[in-house]
Amino acid sequence: MPSFIIRRLLLIIPTVFIAVSFLFFLFYALPGDPATLIAGGADRNPNPIQIQQITEQYGLDDPIMVQFFNYWKDVLSGDLGQSFQRNQSVNSILADKAPNSIRLAMWAFLIELMVGLSVGIYSAIRRYSWADKLTTVGTAAVSAIPVFVLGFILQYAFAVYPNKQGWPEWMRLRTSGIAAPRTEEEWFLFFIPVGPEQWRYLVLPAITLASVSTALAARMMRGSMLETLGADYMRTAKAKGLSERKIVVGHGLRNAMLPVVTLLGLDLGATIGAAVLTETVFSWPGLGSTIADAVTNRDLPVVLGLTLAVVVVYSLINLIVDVSYAWFDPRVRLGEGGQ
Amino acid sequence: MTNPPHVDGIEISPTGALPAELPHTSQPVGLWSDVWRRFRDNKLAVAGLVFVFLLILVAIFADVIAPYSITERDSSQFRSGPSSDHWFGTDLIGRDVFSRVVYGSRVSLRIGIVSTLIAMVIGVFLGAFAGFVGRWPGALVMRITDIFLSVPYIVLAIAIATVFGRSENSVIVVLGLTGWLGVCRIVRASFMQLNNMEYVEAAHALGFRGRRIMFRHMLPNSLQPIIVYGTIAIGSAILAEAALSFLQVGPQDPTPAWGLMVSQGKGDLANAPHLVLFPGLAISLTVLAFVLVGDGLRDALDPKLKTR
Repeated sequence: MPSFIIRRLLLIIPTVFIAVSFLFFLFYALPGDPATLIAGGADRNPNPIQIQQITEQYGLDDPIMVQFFNYWKDVLSGDLGQSFQRNQSVNSILADKAPNSIRLAMWAFLIELMVGLSVGIYSAIRRYSWADKLTTVGTAAVSAIPVFVLGFILQYAFAVYPNKQGWPEWMRLRTSGIAAPRTEEEWFLFFIPVGPEQWRYLVLPAITLASVSTALAARMMRGSMLETLGADYMRTAKAKGLSERKIVVGHGLRNAMLPVVTLLGLDLGATIGAAVLTETVFSWPGLGSTIADAVTNRDLPVVLGLTLAVVVVYSLINLIVDVSYAWFDPRVRLGEGGQ
Repeated sequence: MTNPPHVDGIEISPTGALPAELPHTSQPVGLWSDVWRRFRDNKLAVAGLVFVFLLILVAIFADVIAPYSITERDSSQFRSGPSSDHWFGTDLIGRDVFSRVVYGSRVSLRIGIVSTLIAMVIGVFLGAFAGFVGRWPGALVMRITDIFLSVPYIVLAIAIATVFGRSENSVIVVLGLTGWLGVCRIVRASFMQLNNMEYVEAAHALGFRGRRIMFRHMLPNSLQPIIVYGTIAIGSAILAEAALSFLQVGPQDPTPAWGLMVSQGKGDLANAPHLVLFPGLAISLTVLAFVLVGDGLRDALDPKLKTR
């Protein structure tokens, strides 16, 4: 087991290297001169001397391999570079935005776990009931609605419309921003919204971000639970005279969780995509909206730095998923033969 | 001993008349007619299929169906709600939303289908190669797939779209180049299983070339998951196209891409929610239809799943 974890940790290094290098060369092929961009954009006609200075300062006229080498040298020493667009280092952008994203993702994940799994289990136990049918259709429908459309629908229903109708203040949720000044001390409290005002900013984006993966988790949980309920050991448990609750929770759940756990890991890539859209729709100042913004502004260092962070986190979470897979199913022998 | 009065196991009724409909016992039931029979029983899947057909008709006859062109402006109506003149209302500069949604079906279907075809071809070739050859070339392909999967898909897509320029074709290229990962894994897994089948060994023993074994012998046998995946993938591609259009890295203004229409209409949710609602509904229903057809196909192709 430890050797498996170490091997997987080592595999993250080439993955991150190749992914970020790929983006580096991709952006190098982009039309448009970053120096002009830093100086204020082509439409402002920045003065050539300034452009010259910037080009030298950032080493933009070095051969690409030199720039590439320098970039990795800086990254390895813990410096992700300087944003082209804003007067800020990528490290500080990362430190600013990451907690916001984690806060949103954490609550979305809680919703996914609680709603997705319980709906899936219920629907499996009461198979062919109207609730089950509703789940099947509902989950398919929710995963077909684009994240951004769902975001706007929720905004309209819970914020814009109540505002228009002049409903009491507490019934109107917020559509943009985060409303949470972060203090240095007690940083861990940041993840738990304080007071009704902060909740009102959090609820809609959290539901929006959670929607797709919740629907997926519910479908997966249902299918997996149905399969488990038909297993021999479940019949044995029933024959022993255990209560249905004990059978489902004690015997079924742990076994049915297996494929769902894998899904939660695999699904992470899609969740990151959903996060970009959700944060854009709700002007949530997180990593997703910052990356989208940086890509359209060709702010190369920001894109690379944030992608690097995301890829590392993504790989680590997948590693955790694989390890927990072994915990859920002792039959899975890690590190031997399998991928 | 004389023959009892039955034909192929069918009892003849006392009156001597044959049942109105004979089971096809004498002629083998083909795989596809069997699949179709099971597919037909799934109401949701049939509804999805009907919707897809309708959508294709709408796309083909968009000129006939749409009352206005995509650029025609009604200068007396800006962002007005649905009316008898403009069924889905008008947008910020007075264009008819219904007509634009109708023409938008062309954009979505074209991007969805073409990009999925590209992705399927790449994925099938790489997956077949990785599964058939195995050893280090196969492992290399899977490593590359893992790396692509570990880059947030949407970042990659936005980056590539920015490089290729913001247009319909670049979205097709982007989705084609990023969409092959899933099918590659499926085909590889399927080929690795088939590698051990006797008929594949027999083909090897007969001295057929690898390419022939891969595409003539093995591919037809892994076609079912590919078809199911491909159907759902068209839906996913349309969804991804909408997301890229929404982020303004897809087709540009006069093009009535549904995602772009949502993006243009999002500014005035209070007074003109229809600008988000109708194109949003069009995306959702289209994606849902393809997913339902795909799900139905999967159940119909694999009856074991249903009876379990």
